[in-house]
Amino acid sequence: MGEFKVHRVRFFNYVPSGIRCVAYNNQSNRLAVSRTDGTVEIYNLSANYFQEKFFPGHESRATEALCWTEGQRLFSAGLNGEIVEYDLQALNVKYAMDAFGGPIWSMTASPSGSQLLVGCEDGSVKLFQITPDKIQFERNFDRQKSRILSLSWHPSGTHIAAGSIDYISVFDVKSGSAIHKMIVDRQYMGVSKRKCIVWGVAFLSDGTVISVDSAGKVQFWDSATGTLVKSHPIANADVLSIAVADQEDSFVVGTAEGTVFHFQLVSVTSNSSEKQWVRTKPFQHHTHDVRTVAHSPTALISGGTDTHLVIRPLMEKVEVKNYDAALRKITFPHRCLISCSKKRQLLLFQFAHHLELWRLGSTVATGKNGDILPLSKNADHLLHLKTKGPENIICSCISSCGSWIAYSTASRFFLYRLNYEHDNISLKRVSKMPAFLRSALQILFSEDSKKLFVASNQGSLHVIQLLEGSFKHLHAFQPQSGTVEAMCLLAVSPDGNWLAASGTSAGVHVYNVKQLKLHCTVPAYNFPVTALAIAPNTNNLVIAHSDQQVFEYSIPDKQYTEWSRAVQKQGFHHLWLQRDTPITHIGFHSKRPMHILLHDAYMFCIIDKSLPLPNDKTLLYNPLPPTSESDVVRRRTAHAFKISKIYKPLLFMELLDEGTLVAVERPLDDIIAQLPPPIKKKKFGT
Amino acid sequence: MAALEDEFTLSSGVLSAGPDGLLGVEQSNKTDQFLVTDRGRTVVLYKVSDQKPLGSWSVKQGQLITCSAVCNFQTGEYVVVHDNKVLRIWNNEDVNLDKVFKATLSAEVHKIHSVRGTEPVLLFKEGAVRGLEALLAEPQQEIEAVLSDGEVIRWTKLFMVFRHPVLIFITEKHGNYFVYVHMVNSHTLSKYTLLRGQEEKSVIQSFTASVDRKFISVMSLSSDGCVYETLIPVYPTDPEENQRVVSSLLLRAVVSGSAPSGVALTVLDRDHVAVLGSPLSASKECLSVWNIKFQTLQTSKELPQGTSGQLWYYGENLLMLHGQSLTVIPYKCEVSSLAGALGKLKHSHDPGIQVMPPFVNWEASQGDGLGSQHAEQPRRILRRRKIEVSSQPAVPPSKQLLTTIMKDSEKHIEMELRKFLAVKTPDFHAIVGDLVTGLLGRCQVEPSFCPRNCLVQLIQTHVLSYSLCPGLMEMAVKKTDVQLLQLCLQRFPDIPESVTCACLKIFLSIGDDSLHQAEIDMESVFDYGDSVQGDNVAAPVDVLQNGFSPEGDTCLSCCQEVPAKPQDAAAATPTCPVTPQRAALLNAILHSGYSEAFLLPHLKDIPAQHITILDWICLLLDANFTVVVMIPEAKRLLISLYKFVKSQISVYSELNKIEVSFRELQKLNQEKNNRGLYSIEVLELF
Repeated sequence: MGEFKVHRVRFFNYVPSGIRCVAYNNQSNRLAVSRTDGTVEIYNLSANYFQEKFFPGHESRATEALCWTEGQRLFSAGLNGEIVEYDLQALNVKYAMDAFGGPIWSMTASPSGSQLLVGCEDGSVKLFQITPDKIQFERNFDRQKSRILSLSWHPSGTHIAAGSIDYISVFDVKSGSAIHKMIVDRQYMGVSKRKCIVWGVAFLSDGTVISVDSAGKVQFWDSATGTLVKSHPIANADVLSIAVADQEDSFVVGTAEGTVFHFQLVSVTSNSSEKQWVRTKPFQHHTHDVRTVAHSPTALISGGTDTHLVIRPLMEKVEVKNYDAALRKITFPHRCLISCSKKRQLLLFQFAHHLELWRLGSTVATGKNGDILPLSKNADHLLHLKTKGPENIICSCISSCGSWIAYSTASRFFLYRLNYEHDNISLKRVSKMPAFLRSALQILFSEDSKKLFVASNQGSLHVIQLLEGSFKHLHAFQPQSGTVEAMCLLAVSPDGNWLAASGTSAGVHVYNVKQLKLHCTVPAYNFPVTALAIAPNTNNLVIAHSDQQVFEYSIPDKQYTEWSRAVQKQGFHHLWLQRDTPITHIGFHSKRPMHILLHDAYMFCIIDKSLPLPNDKTLLYNPLPPTSESDVVRRRTAHAFKISKIYKPLLFMELLDEGTLVAVERPLDDIIAQLPPPIKKKKFGT
Repeated sequence: MAALEDEFTLSSGVLSAGPDGLLGVEQSNKTDQFLVTDRGRTVVLYKVSDQKPLGSWSVKQGQLITCSAVCNFQTGEYVVVHDNKVLRIWNNEDVNLDKVFKATLSAEVHKIHSVRGTEPVLLFKEGAVRGLEALLAEPQQEIEAVLSDGEVIRWTKLFMVFRHPVLIFITEKHGNYFVYVHMVNSHTLSKYTLLRGQEEKSVIQSFTASVDRKFISVMSLSSDGCVYETLIPVYPTDPEENQRVVSSLLLRAVVSGSAPSGVALTVLDRDHVAVLGSPLSASKECLSVWNIKFQTLQTSKELPQGTSGQLWYYGENLLMLHGQSLTVIPYKCEVSSLAGALGKLKHSHDPGIQVMPPFVNWEASQGDGLGSQHAEQPRRILRRRKIEVSSQPAVPPSKQLLTTIMKDSEKHIEMELRKFLAVKTPDFHAIVGDLVTGLLGRCQVEPSFCPRNCLVQLIQTHVLSYSLCPGLMEMAVKKTDVQLLQLCLQRFPDIPESVTCACLKIFLSIGDDSLHQAEIDMESVFDYGDSVQGDNVAAPVDVLQNGFSPEGDTCLSCCQEVPAKPQDAAAATPTCPVTPQRAALLNAILHSGYSEAFLLPHLKDIPAQHITILDWICLLLDANFTVVVMIPEAKRLLISLYKFVKSQISVYSELNKIEVSFRELQKLNQEKNNRGLYSIEVLELF
């Protein structure tokens, strides 16, 4: 395969935001996750836990609650006092509505999914009716003395439990009046805390209310009498979150110590019908506060300050003990935050509120495998571009020549022209962007930097011709009639003739840029596309899906290539299919037409199509270089997949030229170092 | 915990129980039914749950039953022997014993044995053994003499060992005891001489035996009041030879040897024996259950009307003659658990021990008065009929009584109340509640009115509960009437924790002199020496130990061995701060239903001088566990536990070391890997 010089970059100072809420939707098997910066992500648990959609964050929109309602509509509420509904097709905010109760701390949908209840800072609990296109305020419940931090609806819809500071109220929904007030003990292990915050409540159909609080207790209350039934002290710190399974036979709580406890309703003795809640399993997958938990029928889901989303399948609920039963820890977004200018060896890093432009260093030395070469020139931080306004950046791109930078927020599109004069760099914003270019989901420059392709959230694709310092709108490919699905991934052929675009589900469309018309649509596939690229010369479109399948489709022939058919016939190596992060980027180099570069977070692979495919008996990944093996053995074991796991977690990888790679790593330790210190716990108590 | 439930009496009208008691009680083929044979001419079949006889058969005038009747479990027929040699077999349909099957045998029968799984076995007075079928085939067959002259059968029992009947009988000749083990099927007989140690002078008064896989454990109760155990192999090594077996002390001084009507001993289960007889100091006879493993008295019941010194145990029922009537005391031993010991299983320790269900069962009371809880019910029904016939008042007696309560003197009320209580009216619960409310109402109006005796009577009806008359305990608390409080604690199932705590405070703070005057029910501190009662610091010399320790009678061992009964500890440890009266009161608290979680917050207000008492209670509880670890069976467990803990500690310390080493290695590794934020490396892909 050969030798590469690898620019190993660790200065991308990316820190994911902490997870604030998770909400699981049983009908679609999707998980909504909100982060502290207001970002909302949608994970498709049926599609190998792929993050298929996201809504960019907003500085003032800190979400405190997230919930699904009837018809798979998604709502969030936060400390700005607004209830927000998301448009899951167009990937934007449908509307935001002030609840007029001050910051909103909690929100829950009624069991039927037709009503929303929010708990506010001023102690009010407000009921909203969900209409087909909006929500409508219906009435207030009896106002409480302090903020409502948690809410739970009785499965029959007749009562609700509301957790506040030092007490839990039970409301009758019909009358809106509080029928019980259950005082929570502030004491913990003899130490009286100033306040006891009820972080979470759950109302079970038998009338039991389960509460979790800042004194480290999980308590069971009888809502009919308003009495404490049982108390489990489980942590020395706050218990922050609770989620109950639909069957009400199991629930999960998360603590500020990073522990997740599983409680199950088990028989008191082996053959008695009397059951009681028992703390069965502790899980320590987090280092920091577990701010939120969810309970899917087969897994416990947790997230918190340490930014990991952890999906822990319950072994007893998993029918097939395959790789899906393994623990998933999702840390990095499943989309590319980095773009690269091959000609000028520049990297553009996308952060929530700024962009960074870096120039790679250089060396004149050579070496053998594993050597670190002395730098003749170090990497330079060229540019720090801060956005205006509170909105997060959705996407960004740098042109191959390095002279154009474009990025977009939810409401504004920015295009910059860069001029390089020796070591000086000047930046000029291209003004007067047209109104239809308000918001982009994906931006791409053509290889010759003469065209700009923008996927807008209305489903249309704009083709813009770039001139020196200005632009011209050439065409807009409109979505097929009836669909408003946004396109999230774009790929353009190096000759600039073909543009491929993929949405979240509708398949991949290929457009002829010269003739400005739809060329063909790649046959639909069950799993979402995670990365797209068009190979030079051959114009083969390579598509990676979330189930780890990779297809090669010939655009001129409008059919899958022979190689792709051969791969499908033989099937991918089982270890390849068992990888748990999606391929986020595909690259080529024009001088190596047989090679495809793909990478996920933990490996990169160069597929050499000229070599035989590996079968399940072949060793897919061999980290050790061949030493004493004869050429015969080497030839026999050589296969198409050249895998390296040296760089991880790998956020971006690209072939700069024939023998040069750039790898952007983001070590977890560097992220942890930027988080607040966790609560110290002794590992082996003696 | 082993426990005796409330007794009930089987109507004894048809039986003529003489001063020597009954001839025998045997099981019938239905679990609930027993054949009772008196020393005259009558056999009665009782159904225990109905408390009434199902059938009664008598032999002709002039004949005398000499062996207690048994049931042939294989045919369902009954077998009895009268006039030593005449065998009668009949079934339920037969009315006259004179007309049923008759066989005259050639030798005198000592006893017929019948157990499930085999035919009845007859033991002749001369020691020969025959199965019933073989005997019936040839009734006049010759019966050999096994025993020597002057050798008398004292006790006999039939076991099933691995589905083979084994008959054991013990004979006495000139103060020497011999044990015979007869394998009925193989007709092998082994004889053992029972060697007794120092206790040779004493007379064995009662035997009982249980069978293990290989050994028959014969326990005997001697006239010195101690229980001895002898192990006899089921399968003798050499049946021909006369072998010797040694008896060893099992329990020391459980009864006084000089009981007027004799003593009886029976094995209940592996760990418990029941002893009938008078305790050392008290004159009244008692049925006590001892734990032979812990050498502790588990429970006891006074039988003031005296017994015949006979005790039978079948199924879960202990049967004995109490006075003139046949009394059944159900015995239950639920497996105790640590959770139970900690008070977590508040109500699970057999609910049947309470005479009344925890809460008033209104449905039952509307039917026929008080259901079947009262032993003397049949008699009462008769009496009630009589009274009803004689005085049919125009006004209901309850109304009359209520008016009496409002106006009349205490004495008169008491008399009327007694009359009223003798008759059980249908809505008894409600009336008793009304009466208490009436009495309390008058108390409030008239401070001088103090109907204590009436209240005591009413509480003892067992139908009151705290919720039925909440004022009662409040009044008793106000008046510091400890006797009333103790009664309430014993009888009421639903006392709130705060009231329990108030009682505890009174019990702890009341002066000793006032305690001496109060009539406190001392049953819970089952008493050994009156000297203890008089003075709380008794000389330990006078106190007989409960159990023995072969290592020597150190004071330490005795306080550890008698933890459950506070007065024992009081006697053994001279510094015990609690008088028996106070101990009885504290026991009432400990026996009432409370949960520590609720009681503990109240306990924090207890003044300092009472803390010692609480410490002492804690010590008692600790001692209980000490006893557990002192028993020989626990030794191996303890050793392995100790080893386990030791290995755990070393594992943990090693883990700690490994953790530290790993951390250091990680640091080194990081330093090695720390190539800065940017480097250019050479990578060769193979």
